[in-house]
Amino acid sequence: MSVYKPSVRQETGTSRRRAALLAGCAATVLLTVTACGGGGGTSGTTKDGFAQAAQNDGALTVWVDATRMDAAKQYQASHPDVKMNIVSYDGDANGSNYLQTKVQLFNRTGKGWPDVVFSSQNNEASWAVDAGFAAPLNKGLIPAATLSGFAKGSNDVCTVDGTLYCLRNDLSQAVLWYNAPLLKKFGYTVPTTWEEYQALGEKVAKEHPGYLVGDAGDTFTPEIYLWASKCGANHITGPKAVSVNTTSEACTKMATLLDVLIKNRSMSISGVFSTDFAKNEADKVLLMPGPAWYGGAVFKDGLKTPAKQIAVAPIPQWQGDTSPSTGNVGGGTWLLSKHSSHLKAATDFLKWVTTDNAYQGEKAPGFPAYAPAAENWLKAQAASGYYASDLTALKDASSQVWSDWGSGQFSQEAIWAATVKPGITQGKTIESLLPAWQDSIVKYAQADGYKVSK
Amino acid sequence: MTVTHSSAGSVRGRPRGTSRQSRAGVAFVAGYVLLLIAFGVLPTCYAIYFAFTNAGGAFTGISNFVTTAQDFRFVDSLGHVALYLVFWLLSLVVFVVVLALLLHRLSSGPVSQALRFLYYIPGALAGAASVLVWLFMLDPTVSPVSSLLETLGFHTFGEVIAPGNLALLFTIIAFWTGAGGWIVVMYGALNNIPRDVMEAARIDGANGWQTAWRVQIPMLRKWIVYMVILAFAGGAQLFVEPQLLSLASTGVAGRDYSLNQLTYDFAFQMNNINGAAAVSVELLVVSVSVAGVFVARSGFFDAD
Repeated sequence: MSVYKPSVRQETGTSRRRAALLAGCAATVLLTVTACGGGGGTSGTTKDGFAQAAQNDGALTVWVDATRMDAAKQYQASHPDVKMNIVSYDGDANGSNYLQTKVQLFNRTGKGWPDVVFSSQNNEASWAVDAGFAAPLNKGLIPAATLSGFAKGSNDVCTVDGTLYCLRNDLSQAVLWYNAPLLKKFGYTVPTTWEEYQALGEKVAKEHPGYLVGDAGDTFTPEIYLWASKCGANHITGPKAVSVNTTSEACTKMATLLDVLIKNRSMSISGVFSTDFAKNEADKVLLMPGPAWYGGAVFKDGLKTPAKQIAVAPIPQWQGDTSPSTGNVGGGTWLLSKHSSHLKAATDFLKWVTTDNAYQGEKAPGFPAYAPAAENWLKAQAASGYYASDLTALKDASSQVWSDWGSGQFSQEAIWAATVKPGITQGKTIESLLPAWQDSIVKYAQADGYKVSK
Repeated sequence: MTVTHSSAGSVRGRPRGTSRQSRAGVAFVAGYVLLLIAFGVLPTCYAIYFAFTNAGGAFTGISNFVTTAQDFRFVDSLGHVALYLVFWLLSLVVFVVVLALLLHRLSSGPVSQALRFLYYIPGALAGAASVLVWLFMLDPTVSPVSSLLETLGFHTFGEVIAPGNLALLFTIIAFWTGAGGWIVVMYGALNNIPRDVMEAARIDGANGWQTAWRVQIPMLRKWIVYMVILAFAGGAQLFVEPQLLSLASTGVAGRDYSLNQLTYDFAFQMNNINGAAAVSVELLVVSVSVAGVFVARSGFFDAD
């Protein structure tokens, strides 16, 4: 008896455990089914080139980075009747993938997508289309007349298979920034070719050691220098195809130039946003190739360079070239969600924020991609009295961006940062690191499903 | 008969008390068990389900494991984590035990109390916050110990976080954050060693070193095993330190340094949740196996 009873208890225990196991498995299956079923939640009419969600008059959710917060607030102030939910998030570049992460999660839960979102990365469309997040904009949402006002080629990064999936906020064409009074004091002239630029760097190293003709320490260094040299490291040839060749002469001659100037210390390897650059080199900048936004973000706000010192010249060109070709460092994009249930309000906000003079023409910190606003922006910058020259070079450069460098799904900044930058810090030459850079780009591109050619 | 009767009586008497006690026990652990099922067991089952299926939910066998293992970053990340684990576990076992023994020798004076408090403080900082503290410590431009860094030949943040230094840096950060708590635990365990045993050792003429090596450390064995098991599982999941350092160095430290970072990249950069689940399941299997080996070889669950 006493032996039998426990066995009953044991059996009960076993059956309880079985029941618990079954319940656990059932809950797992239920969770799985719920999660899997949550993804494709949109239903409604097909219009403007995509299946639209049922519309309602709830609050318009806009995600912006800290810099674009002013734009959203300004829209809210001038449109008090629009219910808005403005969310500040890390829209930062340098390979941050916060938006992508969140969209993947929202796709699983079937809700939560922002209606309109700003990103400072140019390659958002490359994944946002695959993820079913970005709405097509040139199929009825944004009028063709508005789209034709954007600078030529500015929305290329937003175009996938001929369809436009985002609008460019600003252009980031690179130019040659320089300190006009300092250059005059030293008796130098602004170089117009890369050969002159290198010669000036060698002269500065000898005559004024400590002063700088540029910086090669940032993750976007290849986009400033190697893109301008027409180095074919990142030629996106199709939606999932890329051609990578980092060892052509176009690449090696710029790498050699950088190596010479890094070695003689007329070029910094700190990075313009690093603490040591701000502390030790802020007042040593004689020349600095860099994008349009360097004027405000680096010189005025970051390095606190006083007014009437910083001037702009065209980026140098190689001897024998007919005109400069330049790179492009970022420039934000605005995306509109396919899942939005406030499409009218979202579209209106998107149009306003990218084209309206009230923001783009007067307040925007970067060179607007929308050409009419860019005209006003240049006038406003000139009137601000900060710059020591006119800003024509910026306008000219906007159409000189070399078009054979694309915005793929893999982050060129992250690859350069992990592959080349540690080598430069250790004293290796950029030229010697070009094959490793190529190898890394190829591997990352292939991991993201790109067909790679050389 | 009498014996049988009394034993039967005691059997009859015991269930009442036991069931009351067990009801109370069940009530106490029920909340924990529910949370464990909801946030531990079910997600694990879910991850295992993902690891063996594709995005459409079809069974794919081990193809997710093969695909992720063939990724060009997998072997590197595995090597990084392995190197980090060697540094981290060695430093933990050696320094925690030595510091706890030293602390114990100081007896229970105010110095000992102050030291215990000091050791414990870093553990009070949440993981991410303590890494942020280290981001300042490691930047020679702003570090309070910049002169030390300069002496060691580091002039810029970039030089400090060179790829070759990372395993050591993460070990230092993890040790600073987590070791204090373990020192306090070991100190408690040392206090539990019966006074008679220590006295016997002293009477037998054992000096401090002999007492530590032949009496205290063997009696700490189970605690050390417990620490190694938890530190291995935690260390294998290295994520916060490299991720924050990667952000702070704008990518120089690499976004795929550890296996867990690679998992994150699979899930959110490459939209391959199933591959991410496969790597997570591998980490789980390795951690559980290592724990099993340690438990079995150390007699962790043997009654004294």
